[in-house]
This record gives sequence, C-alpha cells and structure tokens, in this order.
Amino acid sequence: MAAPLFSITDLAKVYHMGEVEVHALKQVNLELYEGQFVVLLGPSGSGKSTLLNIIGGLDVPTSGEVRYRDTVLTRADEAELTAYRRRHVGFVFQFYNLIPSLTAEENVALVTEISEAPMDPDDALRMVNLGEREDHFPAQLSGGEQQRVAIARAIAKRPSVLLCDEPTGALDISTGIVVLEALQRVNHDMGTTTVVITHNAAIAAMADRVIRLADGRVTAVEDRTEKKLLPRELSW
Amino acid sequence: MVKIAALNRKLLRDLLAMKGQALAIAMVVAAGVAMYVMYLSTFDSLYRTRDAYYEQQRFGDVFASLKRAPLRVADQIRAIPNVSAVETRVTANVTLDLEGLDEPASGRLVSVPSHRRPLVNDLFLRRGRWIERGRSDEVLASEGFMLANKLELGDSVPAVLNGRLRHLTIVGVALSPEFIYSIRPGELVPDDKRFAIFWMDEQALAAAFDMEGGFNDIVLKIAPGASIDEIIARVDRILEPYGGLGAIPRALQLSHWTVQNELSQLQTFGFMLPLVFMLVAAFILNVALTRALALQRPQIASLKALGYGNPAIGWHYLKWALAIGLLGVVLGSVLGALMGNLIIGLYNSFFRFPVLLFSVPPSVVFGATVMTLVAAIAGAFTAVRRAVIVPPAEAMRPEVPMRYRRSILETPLLSRNLGTAGRMVLRNVMRHPLRAAASVFGIAFAVSILMIGFVFNDAIDRLMLTQFWDAERQDVTVNFIEPRDESVRYALERLPGVVAVEPQRTVAARIRSGFRDRYLAITGVSPNPRFKRIVDRDGKEIRMPPAGVVLSLTLANVLGVRPGDEISLEVLEGQRPTRRVQVTGLVDDIMGLSAYMDMTALHHMMREGDVANSALLLIDHAHEVELASELKTTPAVAGAGFKRAVLQSFRDVMAANMSISIFINLVFAGIIAFGVVYNAARVSLSERSRELASLRVLGFTRAEISLILMGELALLTLLALPVGGLFGYSLSAAIVGMIDSEVYRFPLYVSRQAVALSFLGIIAATVFSGLVVRRRLDHLDLVAVLKIRE
Repeated sequence: MAAPLFSITDLAKVYHMGEVEVHALKQVNLELYEGQFVVLLGPSGSGKSTLLNIIGGLDVPTSGEVRYRDTVLTRADEAELTAYRRRHVGFVFQFYNLIPSLTAEENVALVTEISEAPMDPDDALRMVNLGEREDHFPAQLSGGEQQRVAIARAIAKRPSVLLCDEPTGALDISTGIVVLEALQRVNHDMGTTTVVITHNAAIAAMADRVIRLADGRVTAVEDRTEKKLLPRELSW
Repeated sequence: MVKIAALNRKLLRDLLAMKGQALAIAMVVAAGVAMYVMYLSTFDSLYRTRDAYYEQQRFGDVFASLKRAPLRVADQIRAIPNVSAVETRVTANVTLDLEGLDEPASGRLVSVPSHRRPLVNDLFLRRGRWIERGRSDEVLASEGFMLANKLELGDSVPAVLNGRLRHLTIVGVALSPEFIYSIRPGELVPDDKRFAIFWMDEQALAAAFDMEGGFNDIVLKIAPGASIDEIIARVDRILEPYGGLGAIPRALQLSHWTVQNELSQLQTFGFMLPLVFMLVAAFILNVALTRALALQRPQIASLKALGYGNPAIGWHYLKWALAIGLLGVVLGSVLGALMGNLIIGLYNSFFRFPVLLFSVPPSVVFGATVMTLVAAIAGAFTAVRRAVIVPPAEAMRPEVPMRYRRSILETPLLSRNLGTAGRMVLRNVMRHPLRAAASVFGIAFAVSILMIGFVFNDAIDRLMLTQFWDAERQDVTVNFIEPRDESVRYALERLPGVVAVEPQRTVAARIRSGFRDRYLAITGVSPNPRFKRIVDRDGKEIRMPPAGVVLSLTLANVLGVRPGDEISLEVLEGQRPTRRVQVTGLVDDIMGLSAYMDMTALHHMMREGDVANSALLLIDHAHEVELASELKTTPAVAGAGFKRAVLQSFRDVMAANMSISIFINLVFAGIIAFGVVYNAARVSLSERSRELASLRVLGFTRAEISLILMGELALLTLLALPVGGLFGYSLSAAIVGMIDSEVYRFPLYVSRQAVALSFLGIIAATVFSGLVVRRRLDHLDLVAVLKIRE
C-alpha cells in the first residue's frame, strides 16, 4: 500500500471547560489513504468533530502527532496552519457557512481567488449540478442547494482532502441524497480524499473505510471490500 | 422583589459584557453633557456675577461724553423724569512712561468725587485705600494693569497730563463695572500691560485739564421701566450746545456689550452643540442596542415563557440605555465642571470682577440629565420595541437570515475591479443604508467639529493679516490731543527713525437715516493712501470715490441704507455742521462700524485746512526705542500704538484662547469619531463574526479578514470626509454669521490645511478604533462559530 496521506499517532485532546476537564480524544492512532472515501461514525461527544478539526488544521491537539504527507501538522504555527488550510483542505459544514452577501458563484470565487491552481468557479458549480443557480444569493437557495454550493466552494481549490462535518445533518432525506451524490462524484471523478463525519450509520455503506469512535477512542476500523452503494441505494 | 433583583443582576452583567461599546456610547453622551454643563454653568456663573456686581456698584444705564459743560447743566439732566441718579465726571486719556516698556502705554483717567463715593459706577476697592482729599497725585489703578506690570501700592507712574509730566502715586487697586472689559481704543484685544484705568480726585483731575466747575462725561441711572430712548433724546438735546458726543444706552457700552455678547454665545453654543452630540449618541445607542437585543432573542423568549410581560421586559432593556446615559451624565458633568473651570480661568484674564467663581448649578445638571434620558429613550425605543413585540415562539427561532442583493452601485466595470472582498464590503454597507448613512453622518459631524477649530484659527490669522497688512500698513499710530495743522508732519518726520508720515483726520459724528443712528468717527481718506486703506473682508482694497461716503456694510444694514441713498451727517466737533451726504460705496469689512470720506471733502465740510488728529508712521526699526521714548514725552501726543506690540499681545491672547478651544474640539471630535466608528465596527464584527470565521477556515489570513472589516469602516469614513467638510463649512459659516456683530466680523476662509488636518485627525481616530476592534478578530473562535446555526 502507498504511503498514507495522514498518519495520526497517540493523538489526545483535553478541553478545559472551567474547572472540568473534558478528554475529547484519548490515544488515537489512525492512517488515512489517498483517494479514499472515509466515514467517521460515532455518537455526539465521541470526539469525531475534534478529530476532524485537528486534521483540518482548525485545532491543535494536547499531545500526539498528526503528519500530513511529509509535514508534521502538530508542529505548525498559526500562519502555517492557515496556509495549509488554504492550499490543501476543503471544508463542508453542517450549516453551510456561506457568505450571505455573496452569490453562489462569488462564494466559490472567494476560494479560487486565493488558490494556486483552482478550478473555474462555474465548473465547480456544474460539478454539484448548480450551474444554473450561480447568480443566486444564499438566502435565495434551499438548504440542499446551499450545501452543494459549500461543496463546490470546498473542491474548487482542488484540495488534497475534503473534510465534511455532518454535511447532511441539517437536511431532509431527499436533499441529503443529492448532497451525498455530489460528494461521491467529487471523490470518484477527482480522486479527492474525502472524510465525512456522521452519526447516520447508513452512510457507511458508501465508504471505502469506516472508522468508529466512542468516548474519544477509535473502537473499530473497517476497510470495506464489498461494493460501495450509491446514495440513493442507502437504506435510511 | 427577588425577581426584579435577578433581572437587574442580568442587566449589570449584560452591560459588563458589552462594556467597550457601552463606554464608547457613554463617552459621546459625556461629551455632549460636558459641553452643556461647561457652557451653561459658565453662563450662569458669569451672568449672576455680573448682575450682582452691577447691582452692588450701581452700574449706569446711560453714558454720555461731551467737550465741556458747566456743572449746573447736570441739574437739567437730573430733572429729567425717571432719572434716578446722575454722576458727572472728568475723563482724559494720557500717555504713560512705564519703566521697562519701550512703547508708550496709555491710561484713561476717570474722576471720582472728592468727598463721597460715586453715585453711579461705584468702585470696588480691592486693595489699599481711597484717595485722600486734596491729594492731586494719588490715584487708584485698575487691577489688570497692576498685575500685568507687577506694580505695588505706593509705586508711582510717570504720566503726561495735558502736556505736563506728573508722577501718579498708586494708593489703591480698584475695579469698576464700567471696565469689566477694557481695551485701548482702536485695538483688537485687551492689553493690560499697556492700558491702565486710573481714578483720580475730581478737583485734581479738573485742575489738570482746565475743567474746574465743569465736566466732560456723565453717567445716569434711570428708574426701572422708564423709556431709555426718550431719556437719551433729552440728554442729547441738553448736551448738544456743550459738544455732546451722543448718549448711549448700557447695551452699547463697550464693556457691557462684550460681556453680554459672550453670554449670548455661551447660551447659543450651550444648547446647539450638545444637541448634536445627543443626536449622535441616540443613533449609536440605537445601532448597538438593536444588535445586542438581536443576540438576546432566545433570552427574551425564555423570559416571556417564564411569564414576564412585554412592559417588564421592555423596561428591563430600556434600563440598559438609561444606565449608559446616566454613566454619560456623571462623566460629562465632571468633565464639564473641569472645562468650565478652565473657561472661567480664561475669563478671569479678560474680565475684571471682584470675584468670578465657577460653580455648577443643580439646575444645569438636572437639565443635562433630562436631555440625556430623552436621548437615551429615543435611541433605545425602536430597538427595544422591535425586540419585545416578537411572540415567544418566534423569538425562540433564530432571526431570518439577511437577504442581500447586488448593490445598485455595482456596474459591470466596477464589479470587475472590486474583487470579492470589495463586493462584500459594498453589499454589507448597502444592506443597511440608513445605518450606514447615520454612521456617515456621525463621522462627518466629528470632522466638522474638528474643522471649526482649525477654520477659526485660520480666520483669526486672516483677520490679523487683513487688519495689519492690508488695511493698516503703518508701524506706529500717533494720536494727538488736539487737531494739528500740516506742520505736524514735518515735526514727526524729524523724529528719530521716522521714514514716512501719513496724517490722518477723523471726525466724531452721528450718522442718521430716518430714526436709526450711530455715533462713530468719519475717517478721511486721501486719493492714494499709503498706509491706511479701505479694505474688505478678503483684504481687497476699495477706492474712495471723490464725493459721498463709503460705509461698512454692517453700518449700512444697521441704518437700512444702500448705495445711492442719502444719509444725514451730524458732526459733533468744531462748528458741528450737519450735511446730507450720498452713500457712494459699501465695504464688507471686518472691524467696527466705519464711514470714510475723501480727505479734501472732509476738510471742506469742516471748513478747515490740512489738519490732522493722528498720524501713521513708517519707521526704521533700528531706531524704534529712541522714537518711543521721544513720543512718550511729547506733550502734543495723546498716545502712540506700535504695531509690533499690538500684534504681540494679539498673538498671546489668541494663542491662549485658541489652543484651549482647539484642544477641546480635538478631544470631542475624537470621542465622537471613536464612538461612532468603534460602535459600527463592533456591531459589524458581531454580525459577521461567523462569516469572518468561515473565511479563516477557508484559509484566509487574519490580515485578509481584517481588511474586509476595516474596508467597511474605511468606506464609511471615506464617504464621511467630504460630507464632514461640507458640514464643517456650513457650521463655520453659521457661526461666522452668528458672531457677525457691530464690533467685529470674521472672514470665512477655509484653508486646505484646515481641511487636511481635520480629515487626518478623523482618519487617525478611525484607524485607532479599527485597531482596537482588530484585536478581537485575532481571538475569533473558529471551531465554536461553525457549530452554531445563525
């Protein structure tokens, strides 16, 4: 097998909430490989968001090491993490986090303007089947459409990894399916490593690799060999 | 009870949580309150002190000067109905030879009765003793002169009285309600070093000026409610045969007029400026509260669910505004009291009162409190109403996301060059056009406050330039005791250092048109004046036509005449001719009321030869000291003014004055600019923290997201600068119009420097407030913000 994209060793994160210590992650060891569609499963409070945020350079661990290719992220400073996010990471969030004052196309352009070899914003929007709606403002789009704009915005920079935190969490089933289709297409057509956090176990059937977390620990890692299902084939 | 206490604790903590904004708003309120307290307390102190002083010293109601009348004439005036007291006096102007002062100083001698205190315009004896009867060398001296020259009781001052050198011994220091403000005739600012008032025994003074058994000045007190115009008319009729120079009411008496003018300015500014500050405060309070209450929606819903009614919740949030307002009142009252003290200190160097103390009357603080509470309620009202009337279930849900549109300003060309950040800035501003306009207005107001300070600094420079370089180009002005014939010119030319001489002729006259009149001096102008020229506000010379009179525009307005109209000229000296003369020109000038006639025409009217009562000299400064000491002892000279000295004292006075007012303006403009910009930035930051955090997640650097927030502030400031320039100009023009008086007018002149300095000042304040807010950007919690639904 090729060298992993991310190697995570003995990762731990402790939050201090007033006088209470919350151990969000405890001794996590994990590897993620190029091009895979990874699903992180676990109940709320299991530490999956913390793990994703550390991988994405939004948060720093209390101890342990995260290595992205040859770079040790856990040794990077604030400016280096910003540059890392800017070049290599695409984020998709539960609540889309679009800029309300910019149109769909402009939200995508926001990222392409600061990237080195970006896609054309129109192409990115076509990739999520939103070519027609590029001139709409977020308030004029449905939730699913907004989430697809967020995906287009995340992939337009051609990131090495696409990190999605509950991308369908705020959506109903049918819209959720359209969003997942977009993610699958990106993963398939562009080969972008995709990590999806969810507490919806059904989505695991789309994955190459399923990682289960509970109480800050990895409880199971499953490399799936059976056929990956299409989003519309999932049983919710 | 417990419930209310809990809500009040919430109020306190909520206020602490927004302490930066609360403080910024309270500072703007404080600035308005401070101005109000400063102006109106100063007004009150000055007003009450003056009236008590007038009352105590029996300040006169009517004043008249004349050439000479026998004392029995005073009985005729005493007999006028409603005249309650009359005091006759002998007055004279003298030249003083002060040690250590090169230029001659002048003094005004005023007689006091030999055996009693004056019935009208009594003196307040500060130190020393009253003049001993029959002591012809003893005088009481004005306090300002004593202080400025560091003189002590018992010192003597050499003075030329009617051509004879006498040594006047100072036995007391006195103040008079007649000379609260005293200024050497023809000068712009008081100069206590070179101008003295001496009170002397009546018999001694009369003897020195050959006035025994007579008087040349008279002051009257009249019964309350009596018609002053009628009394003045009768006094004029009685004094006319004795060279009467026209009686004036108290309102036109120089000292009273000046104090009165100051009082009305204090009152005007005391109401006008605080009002604008309160307007700005109300607006930023509204913006800040609207945002703060939007964030409180879930809490409002909970309170309602718990059973609190709309009035209770409304009152709770209204208290936010009132608490901020009251903090402003406290800060502002203290600041206002401090500044008022400063102003009273300044007044004490111009105005001579027995005691002028500063105090803040409770009514002023009460007024400030009411004004503030009204502004706070007005500012908070819509914000609170909007937040409170939402039904609880709806309040539980987040507010509907903002709808954006492409702004109408985005032409294809502009959007191409704008970039994404630029578009965000533009659309955010256009999203709340009223709020943006109000911010622009607030910042613009700060610009204008700053500008007024600089404009007036420039105006005074300009005034000086016009007065001393365009209108009066001589180095020295010499006044004669009596008009002299043309030989005086050659006598002056022989004095050391004199390069050129221009004789002047002025004639005291009453100018009348219908029932309106003014007493003034008509100035003769030669066809090609070298030194003294007729110059307008902008320093442009006006040529004297060979016939008729040229009047100050202000005088023409007072009289209601225009060029081509005829006025009546009643000369008050010599043969006292009366003529009808055509107004052949007007001049929009800066000082006093002037009337000019061609020199030859003036001599002709007076049926006299080439006489002069003053002369203007151009001198070689190397011989200035010699010339000054010659002039001091020349018997025919009543006084001499050296431009250098006049300019120096003018500069000193203005520097003291302007530095205080520019400093105050700078601080207040800074407070407003900071208050408005900081508040706008905090509200923007609060509304956009999620957006900005999202951008940070996408890989934008801190500098890049700062630019978006700062871009908005920069845009608002940029829009505000020209608006502020316009405000500043109009406000300056309004103030120039307001102080447009018969005594002086300001030229309105806005220099590029004034504009640039006020712009730079506000830009600095904006950058400062931006930087304060930027520090918060560095602490954006990227993770937390992504978890919350807006």
